[in-house]
Amino acid sequence: MSIDVSDIPALARGCAVLGTGGGGDVRTGSLAAVRAIRAYGPVPLVGLADLPDDALVVPLSGIGAPTVSHEMIHGEDEPRRVAEEVERLFGRPPAAVMSSEIGGSNGVAPVAWAARLGLPLLDADGMGRAFPEVQMVSMYVAGLPADLVIMSDVQGNVVTIRPVDGLWSERLARAVCVAAGSSALMADYVLPAAAARGAVIEGTVTYALEVGRATEGAPDPLRALQDRLGAARLVTGKLTDVERRTTGGFVRGTATVEGTGADRGRTLTLELQNENLVAVEHGRPLALVPDLITVVDTETAAAIQTEALRYGQRVTVLAWPCDPLWRTPKGLETAGPRAFGYDLDYVPVEELAEELTAHG
Amino acid sequence: MADADLRIGIDVGGTNTDAVVLDPAGRVIAKAKRPTTPDVTEGLRAALDAVLAELEEPGERVARVMLGTTHATNAVLERRGLGRVAVLRLGAPATTSVPPLTGWPDDLRKAVSAGEAVLPGGHYVDGRELAPPALDAVRRFLDGAGAEAVAVTGVFSPASGEHERLVGELIRDEYGLPVSLSHEIGSLGLLERENATVLNAALYGVAAHVTGALTAALAERGLGARPYLAQNDGTLMTLEHAARLPVATIGSGPANSLRGAAYLSGAADAIVVDVGGTSTDLGVLSGGFPRESAAAVEIGGVLTNFRMPDILAIALGGGTVVRERGLGPDSVGYRITEEALVFGGGTATMTDAAVAAGRTPPHAPGWRVDTSETIADILQRAVAAADGMIADAVDRMALGRAGRPLVAVGGGAFVLPARVPGAGEVVRPEHAEVANAVGAAIALASGRVDTILPAGDSRSKAIERAKEEAAARAVAAGADPSLVEIVDLLEVPLSYLSEPAVRVHVKAAGPLAR
Repeated sequence: MSIDVSDIPALARGCAVLGTGGGGDVRTGSLAAVRAIRAYGPVPLVGLADLPDDALVVPLSGIGAPTVSHEMIHGEDEPRRVAEEVERLFGRPPAAVMSSEIGGSNGVAPVAWAARLGLPLLDADGMGRAFPEVQMVSMYVAGLPADLVIMSDVQGNVVTIRPVDGLWSERLARAVCVAAGSSALMADYVLPAAAARGAVIEGTVTYALEVGRATEGAPDPLRALQDRLGAARLVTGKLTDVERRTTGGFVRGTATVEGTGADRGRTLTLELQNENLVAVEHGRPLALVPDLITVVDTETAAAIQTEALRYGQRVTVLAWPCDPLWRTPKGLETAGPRAFGYDLDYVPVEELAEELTAHG
Repeated sequence: MADADLRIGIDVGGTNTDAVVLDPAGRVIAKAKRPTTPDVTEGLRAALDAVLAELEEPGERVARVMLGTTHATNAVLERRGLGRVAVLRLGAPATTSVPPLTGWPDDLRKAVSAGEAVLPGGHYVDGRELAPPALDAVRRFLDGAGAEAVAVTGVFSPASGEHERLVGELIRDEYGLPVSLSHEIGSLGLLERENATVLNAALYGVAAHVTGALTAALAERGLGARPYLAQNDGTLMTLEHAARLPVATIGSGPANSLRGAAYLSGAADAIVVDVGGTSTDLGVLSGGFPRESAAAVEIGGVLTNFRMPDILAIALGGGTVVRERGLGPDSVGYRITEEALVFGGGTATMTDAAVAAGRTPPHAPGWRVDTSETIADILQRAVAAADGMIADAVDRMALGRAGRPLVAVGGGAFVLPARVPGAGEVVRPEHAEVANAVGAAIALASGRVDTILPAGDSRSKAIERAKEEAAARAVAAGADPSLVEIVDLLEVPLSYLSEPAVRVHVKAAGPLAR
């Protein structure tokens, strides 16, 4: 199949849901995708099995501050410069573009980049959701060496980094991003298809499309979304407090949801760090990263970003299981609660949700 | 000779054009409702004449006339009377992946655009130049574009507006064209701000028409009153200001209605419930201003970052049909006077249910519903269901702050119960049917600043400067410099920056200068 202009709204809605509050606003990426498909044609969606072993997959993502990416939008030539650098380094051109992060803007924008490059989009990504740090990708968890980052900025600068490990990759890429005006396009791990097998999360573009379509024309969008995700409904209520603070380059904070209707009297607190990471009620966790926690509008089931959370919104908090890769010891070490500084042991959301039901 | 001490408020709505006269004590001394005409202006004159007829020596006594109108909204929705705009973005080499007007409906784009260009210029988030502004390229773009106005949008102009100003001066000096600069119009968010800026430039002709019509209407009637236009946040601007910012008049109706209802009831913090024939709108007034919606606002199919009042609409009105299985959501609408049981019709409506429960409109205390026991039971359950819907909606808007008064307005306000859980006293003010015109008459003048500031030691000084700028903009809009206050201050920290920074939104407002 291929992705055409008419698929973009559903893809955007699905990516917003998988963004767990982060990953950037999908609106700008959607417009870029629509514009690029109109200019360069629909983007073929290919499976990993369709690619020969030596085909080069380029995982692309935009990194930077959401407020900046909403104002200083990407230039059109950034993907071409990254592709040229890949060809210079590997002696052959890339064969497919992959989204590094299906959640949020980085799930939709790769359609524009692939269209611009005339390449297919791989039906896979490196997270199955959104995460704030560069090393929090499936390729790192799968043990692939984090030894290559290529970045391009709005001016046309190209920076190639050969880091010694994932932590240096994160540190150096962030420094380049800041120097470039807090926005850059990044290829992290350029993968021959053979190496990508087992190291990426497959089927996530199709999944995002399905999640986005689930609420289209549904009489009860929230129910339709919850069923499609197999999600636990943690609380339905109103947002009564949002507190944000910037530390170490991230927006951290908490959001409090007070239950309404059947949930009256309950209070759920969300811990945020660009994404929604932990949901707690009376000191008891109800869902923990890397499981997915998304705040949606109760009426429309549209996902709400952490930066757009505001006192007074009527919301429902949904949580559902992450890809099994994140539940391995290396996965939890990379992106479990402790990787974000929370002194909590990971418990799968389906077990916590069962307790929630059992306790009433 | 009498002092000029009266105010006239006029609000052009979808159905009616309302006018009121307020005396120096703020009392409604005349009011009128006339049908809104397709050209808007005739309805406006009719409503104005109707209230003037009730005054003695109106020419001497009316000091100000405040108008909330749908001229601009209609022009955009109907793609009528719009000017052709050269759309200029200063941002290359950035931003080229989404050129201007991407995502606009084709017909609106065709009606408005005299060409689009992304040229070098604009700034980084930290204030560095993205590129020097390409003035020769601006000239090449404008030569032969055949534009009637120009919209200029620079990257990060709300924080660094100098490139926009420079290019704006060039265009005014060398081409004599009116220019909309995005930093005077919207906040951060390039595409939404650019969209609003383009719409603004397209509306200059409409603005000239409105201000001309209003000025002429006042002159013909011998009124020396100073005219103002209402904008979407419930505040006013002078005609000179409105001529530069016509897009800000879009959506002034709901804001005026909320502020008028609260004023008539004497509450600055209140929940306003406007019950119509088919639906009920709820809004919240906080510190004298409508609480604003966080959602982006679409105008004529174009996304903008205007801030509009937060309104919750529910499907409940005086004409909502009552059935055995429940309430609505359909309504008999304007046919209520034929179809409802109280009027001898055969359809049970919410009006009938309310009357059966002893809730009658003030103008018709004698209404009765005579009916079978079965119907009486259905009506009784409908009232309980409606009270439940209202209580739930009030709770959703009240956000845990119980006890604020509930101001009931609109033709169907009598269906509301005497007490609503989560709200304090239910207030039913006099003149509520012209609350929107009253809202226009009592409005303040305001100014806003939305920018990015360093979060370090210089933060508090920078915030003071932003406050001063917002106050200066309020004065430019017509506020009395000695009475301007900061009414809103919002700070959001930003991530991924070399220096910690915050995004700051400041709003200042004050009564009109005498």
